[in-house]
Amino acid sequence: MSTEKTPNTPYLLTAPGVLFFAALLGAPMIMTLLLSLHSYDFNLGVQSDWTFGNYAEVIGDPYFQKIFGRTFGLALWVTVICVAIGVPEAYVLSRLNPRWRSIFLLIVLGPLLISVVVRTLGWALFFGGSGILSMVSQALGFGDEPVSLMFTFTGMTIALVHVLVPFMVISVWASLQKIDPQSEDAAYSLGASKMTVLRRITLPQAMPGILSGSIIVFALTASAFATPAIIGGRRLKVVATAAYDEYLSTLNWPLGAAIAVLLLIANIAIIVSYNKLVERRFAKVFE
Amino acid sequence: MSFLKFDSLRKEFGDFVAVHDMSLSVERGEFISLLGPSGCGKTTTLQMVAGLLSPTSGKVILDGKDITNTPPNKRGLGIVFQSYALFPHMSALDNVAFGLEMRGVGKAERLERAHNALNQVKLGQFVDRFPKDMSGGQRQRVALARALVIEPPVLLLDEPLSNLDAKLREDMRIELRLLQQDLGVTTILVTHDQEEALSMSDRIVVMQQGDVSQVAAPLDLYERPLNSFVSDFVGKTNILQGKVTDKNVVSVNQIAVSVNTEAHVVGADVALSIRPEKFTMSSDNAGLPVRVKASIFMGASWLYSVESDMGELLVTQPNTGSAGFARGDSAYLAWEEGALTVFGGVQA
Amino acid sequence: MRTLGPIALIFHAIFVAFIMAPLLMVIAVSFTDKGYLSLPTDGLSLRWFKAILDNPDFIEAFGMSVWLALFSATVAVIISVPAALALARHKFPGRELISAFLLSPLMIPHLVLGVAFLQFYSRIGLGGSFYGLAAAHIILVTPYALRLALASATGMSTDAEHAAMTLGASKFTVFRRITVPLILPGIAGGWILSFITSFDELTMSVFVASPSTQTLPVKMYNHITQTIDPLIASVSTVLIVLTFLLMLILDRFYGLDKIFIGKG
Repeated sequence: MSTEKTPNTPYLLTAPGVLFFAALLGAPMIMTLLLSLHSYDFNLGVQSDWTFGNYAEVIGDPYFQKIFGRTFGLALWVTVICVAIGVPEAYVLSRLNPRWRSIFLLIVLGPLLISVVVRTLGWALFFGGSGILSMVSQALGFGDEPVSLMFTFTGMTIALVHVLVPFMVISVWASLQKIDPQSEDAAYSLGASKMTVLRRITLPQAMPGILSGSIIVFALTASAFATPAIIGGRRLKVVATAAYDEYLSTLNWPLGAAIAVLLLIANIAIIVSYNKLVERRFAKVFE
Repeated sequence: MSFLKFDSLRKEFGDFVAVHDMSLSVERGEFISLLGPSGCGKTTTLQMVAGLLSPTSGKVILDGKDITNTPPNKRGLGIVFQSYALFPHMSALDNVAFGLEMRGVGKAERLERAHNALNQVKLGQFVDRFPKDMSGGQRQRVALARALVIEPPVLLLDEPLSNLDAKLREDMRIELRLLQQDLGVTTILVTHDQEEALSMSDRIVVMQQGDVSQVAAPLDLYERPLNSFVSDFVGKTNILQGKVTDKNVVSVNQIAVSVNTEAHVVGADVALSIRPEKFTMSSDNAGLPVRVKASIFMGASWLYSVESDMGELLVTQPNTGSAGFARGDSAYLAWEEGALTVFGGVQA
Repeated sequence: MRTLGPIALIFHAIFVAFIMAPLLMVIAVSFTDKGYLSLPTDGLSLRWFKAILDNPDFIEAFGMSVWLALFSATVAVIISVPAALALARHKFPGRELISAFLLSPLMIPHLVLGVAFLQFYSRIGLGGSFYGLAAAHIILVTPYALRLALASATGMSTDAEHAAMTLGASKFTVFRRITVPLILPGIAGGWILSFITSFDELTMSVFVASPSTQTLPVKMYNHITQTIDPLIASVSTVLIVLTFLLMLILDRFYGLDKIFIGKG
């Protein structure tokens, strides 16, 4: 089975997947790209001309600039917070005794398997005007005004951190697992303090995990839909909700397609350049 | 006053006693091996000396100071771990310089000293290599340089050669021993490899199930094992069950063997041990008649398995350049009385 | 040297509370006896769980999601296993390209997939059909199935297969008796991960699903955008409990960490 001489075998084996993908992924993606190059008339619908007008509009219009800027800022904040709390949590998990560790891994990572809609709903219940947050602030005497994080940037950030931080934890956890625990013992025996071991031995070896966790969190935030749609609503649009509105409310599909194509390009550009960076930086160090 | 002392060191893990009240005195500059099968407590003992495990009871005393509760980063011991435990994100030079940096040695000086240490282990041209680009033997040397560069009072080696292939292992034995003697550093080696222990140590501590079976210099241990466990674990041996039938006579399968029995009363069950190379095998009609069951050429020697009225025996004979005995040949075995060791009781 | 200080443990407690807070909130609200959103301060009530039974929409959507996830995970595995064997075992021109192509949906935001399928299906007249939705889900989950199958096919030594061949087994027998059992853990993990991913998917499905093919997440999302009421909380609670049970079963029989690592 292993060293087939028949040159056709691998192509035959991959054919079902490749054909299926070509027809049902390639074609729709190309059609979306083409659609983004047509103009749209509110009375006549999609025109048959070829133009970069949609891209010019998205890039030039301050309304869309603001949405892209907000999305980028959101992704950055969420990533930074996920690093700040996800990395220490992964470290704590790796140091718990095995019995507790498996329980808390389940608690911390389990939400990954629960629908994003459910998890965002939980935050909506917290943030809403009649939610817990208001009750607490009123009870503490911060005024009777209902406090609401609904439709705020802070609210979106908190909910997205909650949705995505398990990805950071699992990624860092996986790279912490690969560390030879004796390398930490070796550093202690050479006179390093606990802090030094953490900073100079453990953290650098966890770096690949932190970086790949960051890229996952960043990319998923930048293209997140459900959480911004529920918490941010119409008032705080991000790229994904803006494209959704162009498609399903305004019905300006070509403009929506242009937004989607830009989102895709940005996403791929960020992932690819980040991976290149990580490879260059770590190829010589880690197997 | 000995340099390093274990005073009734004991380690329990729940109900399991890994090390039973172990006491040992190590002289300055001495090379001691802790030898035993896996699970005998040798690594646990080493980790208690290193400070990576705290003993349930007992003390570790170094140069007159009780260091039992000193954390590992304040003990200043040099340790070479079984996995080498190199820092994968640092070059060989940075690995070696790390301990010096922790001691506040200035950059120029620590790089120079790290360089010298790597030269000492013949890695002078590999200073900038990362661990993943080095062979097992090179990593091992980096680990050794890293442990030695801090000029530790004691060097601890945890099965340092077990991940190397056979040829390299033999070379490293010689090199490690020479380096240790040149530096005069007190060394404790943990190993399950009896050849390694015999070839490198000043003294060997044989351990079995958390207990010390025997402490002796290599030659003494080999020639005068205290019990059949030691004699079987260190080197190859033949163990024969018998009974003392008269003063200085032990009967093995009705064959009377002369041996010094002064430690045993007449009628006692004893075990006799004789090493394979202590036999002389010849076709001359003298000694114990045997039949060759298997004949294996080992290069420097022949290894035979022979059948006799005393039971099956392993025999090694030096290769003198002529053909040895073949399967099915008849021959005779002779030995000197002093080659036999007698142990009390029926021991496996 | 591996113990955690009090600061680490306090941090850990806060983190765990943060993770559990919204889920506990949902569960708490679902037990309210009021007709509006509130915490069950005057005693627990099951009225909002009974209300699910009066809203067959949610139950139908649940059935749709289960059926869709079963279907797309199974097809994804059928596509992935031969592809994984080819990619893991053979060096051939175009290998990197094919592997990148089959894994590419991982890099495409679900929103982009959603709009692409929306336009494509409306053009070819598959809009709103189950098979259109299923095809989109198969594209979405195939990379997960492929990744896990690839990992176990790559890690597997071919010695056992060679041994079986020298013992006289035919190619097909080798595949059935040796290869498949050896990569089965990867196949099973890929199937489970695909099932979960498909079941939970919202963003793409929002574009592709029609009222007759509404999945549970889409139904719930549409409901939330209209109104947030205790009913949606009780539906969510049922989902949380089912997911939790699934997790316990998976953890016991498969090992959850493997699934999570595949997801990351």
